[in-house]
Order: sequence, then C-alpha cells, then structure tokens
Amino acid sequence: MSETSILSLRGLTGGYRGEAVVKDLTLELPRGEITAILGPNGCGKSTLLRLCARLLEPMSGEILLEGRPIRTIPRRELARMVSVLPQGRPVSAIPVESLVAHGRFPYLGYPRRMTGRDREKVEEALTLAGVAEYRRRSVAELSGGQRQKVWFAMALAQDTPLVLLDEPATYLDLNHQLELMELISLLRSRGKTVAAVLHDLPQALEWAGHILVMEEGRLAGEGTPEEIFRRGILDRVFGLTCRRLTVDGQERYFFTKEKRDRA
Amino acid sequence: MNIWQSSSTRRSWGRDDPALLLPLLCALLLVLLVLAVSLGSVRVPLGDTLSFFLGEEVPQSSWRILRYVRLPRVIAALLAGAALSVSGTVLQAVLSNPLAGPNIIGINAGSGFFVLAASLLFPGRWDVVPLAAFFGGLLACGIIYALAVGTGASRITIVLAGVAVSGFFGAGSDAITVLVPDTWMGANTFLVGGFSGVTAESIRFALWYVLGGLLLALLLSHDLNILALGEETARSLGLSVGLCRLLFVLTAAVLAGGAVSLGGLLGFVGLIVPHAARFLAGEDNRVLIPAAALLGASFVVGCDLLSRLIFAPYELPVGILLNFLGAPFFLWLLFRERRRRTR
Repeated sequence: MSETSILSLRGLTGGYRGEAVVKDLTLELPRGEITAILGPNGCGKSTLLRLCARLLEPMSGEILLEGRPIRTIPRRELARMVSVLPQGRPVSAIPVESLVAHGRFPYLGYPRRMTGRDREKVEEALTLAGVAEYRRRSVAELSGGQRQKVWFAMALAQDTPLVLLDEPATYLDLNHQLELMELISLLRSRGKTVAAVLHDLPQALEWAGHILVMEEGRLAGEGTPEEIFRRGILDRVFGLTCRRLTVDGQERYFFTKEKRDRA
Repeated sequence: MNIWQSSSTRRSWGRDDPALLLPLLCALLLVLLVLAVSLGSVRVPLGDTLSFFLGEEVPQSSWRILRYVRLPRVIAALLAGAALSVSGTVLQAVLSNPLAGPNIIGINAGSGFFVLAASLLFPGRWDVVPLAAFFGGLLACGIIYALAVGTGASRITIVLAGVAVSGFFGAGSDAITVLVPDTWMGANTFLVGGFSGVTAESIRFALWYVLGGLLLALLLSHDLNILALGEETARSLGLSVGLCRLLFVLTAAVLAGGAVSLGGLLGFVGLIVPHAARFLAGEDNRVLIPAAALLGASFVVGCDLLSRLIFAPYELPVGILLNFLGAPFFLWLLFRERRRRTR
C-alpha cells in the first residue's frame, strides 16, 4: 500500500459494448488531495470514474484501492471505501433526510436498523451540506442546486475515504457552483480524497491540487495546476489560450480562443 | 408554492406517523371483514358473526354458512387483494414504472394460462394450481423484465409489451376454454375473476404462497428503497442490484400466482391500490408495503361484498366490478404520464 496514493490504475482499458473509451491508463490518485479530471467531451472522463467506482467492469488492466484489486473487494465493503455521485439520477419523491440516510446503507446489517452513530453521521451530513433546513421536504420539490446538495449530503453520510464526483457543478448557477466547490475543499480538509470530473477549467485550476487531463481516452498530462499551466497542456488539448492573473493576491485563470482572421 | 407544501405534508402523513396509518387500515379491514362475512344473499345476524369470531356458541344454520361459505370466500378475497397490491407495488418499484401492475404486464394472463393448463393435466390437484400460477407469472414477468432491463425500453413500451404478452397467454387460455369447455376449474368465473366457488380446500395451498410472498416483500422493503434510487446509486451503496431485482421479480410472481389461484384473473387491483397506498403512506416501502397489503385486502373484500349486494340475490363476479373501476383509472394514469413527459 502506498502512502501517497489511494487509488492506482494499471493499464486500465474499459468502455461499452467492446469499444474502449478509456485506453491503457496508468496513474495514481494522490491521497488527501482534490484531483480534477479535465478533458473535452467524450474523452472518457465519466467512464474513468465509473470504472473506479466499479459501476463498470474494465476490459483489461487493474485498479488498486489501498493496494487491493478493486474487483476482489466485496461490494458492501467497497461502498464503505468509495462513494460516487453519478450524473443524472431518477428524481425520487422521498424526504431529504431519508435520502441522506440511505448513505448509511453500506454500514447497516440486517434488519437495516440505524445505530446512534449512523444517525449522527446523517445529521452531520445534513448540516455540512446546508440542507438541514429543508430536511422534511420531498427531493422532487427542490431546485436543481438544492437537489445536488442533497445528493452530495448522501455521499457525505456514506463517509468514505475516497469520493468520486461526476460533474457535480454542471447546470448549477454560479452561487451554487461555488458553494459546492467549498464543500469539496471542506471534504479535503477532513482528510478525504476527492476526484471530480469538472467542466469549468478556471474553477478546476483554482480549487484542485492535482489535475488529470484526458484526451481521447488517454492521459494527455497530469500534475499540479502550476505545472499544467506552464506546460500549456490545456491550451493544446482544448485549442485555447490559458492566461493567468493575480487578483487580490490570488491566482486566477481565464481562457481565450484565438479569433479567426476576418480579412 | 403552497400547493406543493400542502401536498408534501399530506404525503408525509403516513411516513411521520405510520403508527397511526397502519392501525387505521387494520381497523378498516376488520370492519369490512365482519360485514363481508355477515352480508350476502343469506343474511347472517351481525351478533352471530361476532360470536362466531369470538368462538362463542352460534346457531347451526349460521355456523354452516359462516364456516363453509363466507369465511373461505372472505379469506380468499383478503389474501388475493393483499397479494396483488403488494405485487404491483414491488413491480412498480423494480421497473420504476408507475404503469406496471400484474395485469398490465401480463403476469395475470401468464398465471391464468398455466392454471388452466394445469387444471386439464392434473384435475382436482389444488396443490398444483398455485405452483403452475407461479411459473406462468414468472415466465411473463421474465419476458417483460428482460425487455425493460435489456433494452432500456420506455414505460409506454413496457405497457405495450404487456399487451402482447397478455394477448399471447390469453389466446392460450381461450383455446383451452373453447376446446375443453368443462375444465375442472370452471374456466368462466376463473377468467373473469371472482370468489364464488372458493372452498377451504381451494385456499389451503395458495395461502402459503401469498403469506410467503408478503413476508419476503416486507423483509426486503428497505432494499427496495435503495433500489428505487436508481441502479448506479444502489450499486455504489453496496447493494447487489442483480440479485435483488431477481428476488423482487420472484416475489411479485409468487404473490400474483397465489392471487390468481385464489380468485382468478382479477384485473387492476395491483395497479390501483399501490397508487392509493402511496398517496397515503408516501414512498418509503417499509410503510408502503404493509399499507398496500392492508388497503388491497380491504379493497377486494369490499368490492366482493358490493358485487354480492348490488344485484342480490344474484351476484356479479367481482372481477367485472374491478375492471369497471380499474380501466378508467388506468386511462387517467396514462394521461398523467403523458402530461409529465411533455412538460
């Protein structure tokens, strides 16, 4: 087991119906860090997350979680090590607190009774995610941003060392996006490892400690935001120009696209 | 905004206070049971009925009617109602399709065909009936399930596939009734659905299928909640989705099979009651499943009573009454579904 990485991929290839979407990836997720997974649409980011959460079986290669091959870990135990916030879920008409409480499912033996500790974790998750005030309302009645926070609270209640998020901020307004990013860094400060597929490049560079850039199923580059910026990896992969400014002592990134010559 | 809030308070009523809802439903069922046992073409005095239940002395004439006619009939109605309702509740959750019900997706038809075939091959064997019903239901359910999960077919497509499956098995049943008009089961009442021919002998075996299925559904109700969160979420919470779905499909088939062996092809109970129960109890299957069982039992016992009283001393098979009630409800559901999709 490595001290510095929680998850290692060894020559991982996976996809759907025999067609590889993720191709021969070998990489490590640094422990206790926020890793942002970036790349153009269809480059295999979500597939990578699904493979890591074992929602999809790999075609070849291996995933080691804490040094153990992930396919040998029983599902229930795995659910106590990895939580995942997938994209697109059916809308459930159950109360917020019931949904968050389902995050404790991996810890419940038969007959599925929650202990005091389970209840504590649920309360904590409700408060941290800022959804405690509408705990009795049905999830179906909430706005998209509120709903996302509720699902996030469920993942919090699951209380796993590794949290995988698939575009958690997409379709949210900026205020909710920033709230969510703050929640993610709160997780990190509590010693969790987070890997998130993100769409917003400046946000990713500002909040993540480690960046993976993917292109057509392969790794185009990885490193700290500083390294990614210096090597111009995002510029190349996205066909953009990345610039950096210092605003109020903090580094801010923004991207521009070269205008075509109109002459 | 206000509409939403009031609806959410109403929906959470059963969840916050299952301690209140379930006893209320129990009381409703008890009242209906006593009435259903007393009333009919021959009226047994209520006092005699109560004494009968309390184990006291009852006049011989009343005792015979109660013991050999009314009680088996009411018990069969109770069990069939509970079984079909819970079967429908489980199916709606597993297929995540509010239009699913054992009669809609062809489970009833599959069970019915197998029962008629079994009654030809093994006349007089009450122990074979529920077994055949179970396998017939399982076959129909398997076809629909494979279609739903394998192809990701839409909700409406599942309903249409159910029409095809029902049509196919229905044709089998019709062939049997036309070729062999006098099967031992009494094909006519069986196909319409009703409890007029029920005897203690005929419920003895089906009883265990229903009780087993109900127990299974109750024991697995929490896992059904997890499954309802969607396949990916359920899996990431550590649920064995495949195994769980298989268990639920088996449960639904056992229950529908038991119900078909008791009362024939009763339509729409398994569609209406789950919706009514969800309205009262909310989405939590730990409350919803017992609520659906109690409500379904009350509903069928009540409808059977009505069907005996409306044209007394003649009686209408309860299946006819259920179809009159159920078909408009199903249409309403279809239109609601359509509104939701276009919104």
